[in-house]
Amino acid sequence: MPFTTEQFRHYSIRTAIYVALIIGTLLFLMPVYVVIVTSLKDPATINLATTWQLPIEPYWQSYREVIDAFGSRIWNSVTLVVSATLLSSMLGSINGYVFSKWRIPGERILFPLILFGMFIPYQAILVPLFEFLRDIHLYGGIPGLVVIHVVYGLPLTTLIFRNFYSDIPDEMLEAAAIDGAGFFEIYREIVFPLSVSGFVVVIIWQFTQIWNEFLFAVTMTSGENTPITVGLAQLAGGEAVKWNLPMAGAVVAALPPLLVYIIMGRYFIRGLLAGSIKG
Amino acid sequence: MRTKRERLTALAMVLPTLILIGIFVYFFIGKAVFFSVSDWGENPQQPALSTTVVRSGVGLKNYENLMTDIIHANFRNSLTNTFFFTVFFVAGCTLLGLFLAILLDQKVVAENFFRTVFLFPMALSFVVTGTIWRWLLQPGGGINQLPTMVGLPPIQFNWVSSQETWLQFQWHDVPMYLTFTGIAVLALLATRSALKHNWRSARFASALAGIILLIFLAGLWNNVWLPLDSPEVEPMIAPKGFNAALLGIIIAAVWQMSGYVMAIFTAGIRGIPEDLREAARVDGCTEVGVYRHIVLPQLNPFIVSAVIVLGHISLKIFDLVFAMSGPDNARTVVPGILVYTRGFRQNAFASASAIAAIMLFLVAVTIVPYLWSQLRNRT
Repeated sequence: MPFTTEQFRHYSIRTAIYVALIIGTLLFLMPVYVVIVTSLKDPATINLATTWQLPIEPYWQSYREVIDAFGSRIWNSVTLVVSATLLSSMLGSINGYVFSKWRIPGERILFPLILFGMFIPYQAILVPLFEFLRDIHLYGGIPGLVVIHVVYGLPLTTLIFRNFYSDIPDEMLEAAAIDGAGFFEIYREIVFPLSVSGFVVVIIWQFTQIWNEFLFAVTMTSGENTPITVGLAQLAGGEAVKWNLPMAGAVVAALPPLLVYIIMGRYFIRGLLAGSIKG
Repeated sequence: MRTKRERLTALAMVLPTLILIGIFVYFFIGKAVFFSVSDWGENPQQPALSTTVVRSGVGLKNYENLMTDIIHANFRNSLTNTFFFTVFFVAGCTLLGLFLAILLDQKVVAENFFRTVFLFPMALSFVVTGTIWRWLLQPGGGINQLPTMVGLPPIQFNWVSSQETWLQFQWHDVPMYLTFTGIAVLALLATRSALKHNWRSARFASALAGIILLIFLAGLWNNVWLPLDSPEVEPMIAPKGFNAALLGIIIAAVWQMSGYVMAIFTAGIRGIPEDLREAARVDGCTEVGVYRHIVLPQLNPFIVSAVIVLGHISLKIFDLVFAMSGPDNARTVVPGILVYTRGFRQNAFASASAIAAIMLFLVAVTIVPYLWSQLRNRT
């Protein structure tokens, strides 16, 4: 049966949409293909002309070498991410509670002043930060980096929790207050138990950001004490690079945040949007 | 509930944050500005890393050097690069993000799969992205080899290492361009206000335009502009322009960030009531018309959001450039890289701080009005 013009139009538009989506998908996934293929090639067989070909047989040795080359840096990143994420989300939760449910003097000025801290180019505070950390003997290692990420994580964690807690009706809190609950009881009995998905959003976001961060890492730590992103940059830097190693390194460094993203995508997007849109 | 003691407890609980932000953001910014008018690291008599270093004030000397001194030519290059990078990166992400958001708004099968694919680069580190794309954009391989798969000759373009410079201009003409752009924008605003009979705004804009013109003419009269990076002094580095080597970095950055813009726009599109679109269709609007007359106007605030967030990211960009072309590449250098090399490699802390202060100024000009309007609209 021949199509009517109307149907023909409809189907060609639908086809065009799917063709565009599939081309887009291929373009977005193309680097993933190349990075995996290259990471599994024997370095002797890697050359520019055969970038797109599959390896003759998978060569896992690169991953072993990369894990060795990263060495303590993987553990450094894990320690850094876990401690900084937990501390900044706990502080953020308390701040969010205060800023959404308690009136404190000057909050209309204080809150924007805190928020501004998440937009500044960190280069602007880098030199004084270096001097400060050196003076308190935290320069060069992971503990100093934890302090940095906790502090500069506070604006965003405070913002997300504030927006999150604004949705809790004030009446609930008033009722508890009439029953004699104070600042901490209200937090422990009402606010905190309702915070689970808020914590998931904040923890996922902080985890990804801190794991991926590079500027503080490369300026405030050195040697064996650097996190994984610095390790990757060292692996890939320089002129004569054997590309199997940086590619395997990129896979290893990308894997933790990528897994979190794939499993918890919905929460990841909420964290992402929190930084740009009023909640 | 709100007894005085409870309020004091609340205040005490945010006090650590207030103190930390006070020190790590505002006190440090103040210190950086203070360093930027000192000679820390620029005076050979005073070892920069000594804990007893004596820092003397030099006024605006560091800023003046950044704009005119031959050893700071890289700083002028970095501003030029940031300008072109920002324009193409923001435009690329916004257009691609809008396109993807509209595509996914067509009630497609496997919508979540596509969304996950377009957004996944956001979960990666810029260092990872940079490493991968450096390999993909190797002159003799990767992307350039793609056409050979269908029998075409390979592409011969050096995405990250090209020596070409497009849209060339002289650095000492920049004040003139800035003046004309400023006057044009203000004239437009003044005309718009005048048409709305808002005479106060119109007069204000015209007065501002007049002041800008006067500053420019006064500078011209006193020969302030001409010594800025003049070709007689620096034949090697003048003229400036859009370095083609930035293209590869722009491509990688758009690949990474356009999904983010898509997510913002999707959130915006979801906020438009379906009734509104249905009503337009009933009135005889075509699908394209619905987007032009209903969806896009409603998306305006989200587009502003996206442009500002992307703009400030691009002003701060550091890791991607570091990973793709290294910290010592004059063709792709950006201010963020220079703070690192000047400050942490050469220990020239004063000029590093001056560059950092300029970065902060550019970001603040972008972000403060935005923050202010966002928070004002909320309450």
